[in-house]
Amino acid sequence: MEVTTQEFKHCDLITVKGRVDSSTAPAFNKALEKSNEKGCFKIAVDMSGLEYMSSAGFRALLASQRNCKRYNRGELVLVAVPVRIREALELAGFTELFKTFDDPIAAVGSF
Amino acid sequence: MPKVTFPARFEFLDEIREFVAEIAREGGFNDKEVYSLQLAADEAATNIIEHAYEGVPDADFDVTCDVRGDTLTITMRDEGRPFNPANVKLPNLKADIYERKIGGLGLYLMRKLMDDVHYISNPKTGNLLTMTKRRV
Repeated sequence: MEVTTQEFKHCDLITVKGRVDSSTAPAFNKALEKSNEKGCFKIAVDMSGLEYMSSAGFRALLASQRNCKRYNRGELVLVAVPVRIREALELAGFTELFKTFDDPIAAVGSF
Repeated sequence: MPKVTFPARFEFLDEIREFVAEIAREGGFNDKEVYSLQLAADEAATNIIEHAYEGVPDADFDVTCDVRGDTLTITMRDEGRPFNPANVKLPNLKADIYERKIGGLGLYLMRKLMDDVHYISNPKTGNLLTMTKRRV
């Protein structure tokens, strides 16, 4: 798994690639928390390069969404969710909890 | 039947998923089914590592994977804490983000992804999980 954070004026764009499971989820979670810690509560997570995500990754997303939504207009949104991962998120009942965008520019521009 | 013993550590989840995927692909399962099988195996193994062997160093568990006809069977045997799935509360998928509980999601996904998920817990032989899925 590889995770990088780009700072924009109104939000952070966090790009996560590879595989997120119980082994790699802590590092993904840390990147999400870092944005919150520096006062950023608008986050777009680019998943276009993501191959796999288990419930450990879903938990990290849910925890971060909770943190973001505590703040006025704070929100975590998902970008380019691969079909297999979207199906798993649907099974887990997570799709209603996150707005999704097809590309990062649209997501960043939404904040 | 191929059987592999894996250390009870999260770093081995990748290998467990690959082990299952290879057998599933050879058995004619499509990409969507292979992903489902990998996710179910990952969630099952994660539960063993996280709960059955919580605080136990140097533990391991056996994984088998086999296709007969159109059905793939995964088993996992551990000697950790006894597990009773009846004690796991179902996640409330209707709850909003603040009320949503984090636990129980792994088992819930396993049941959704597989056709059958069955646990036997025995003080002598440990926990045995058997999961099956038929290909389309």
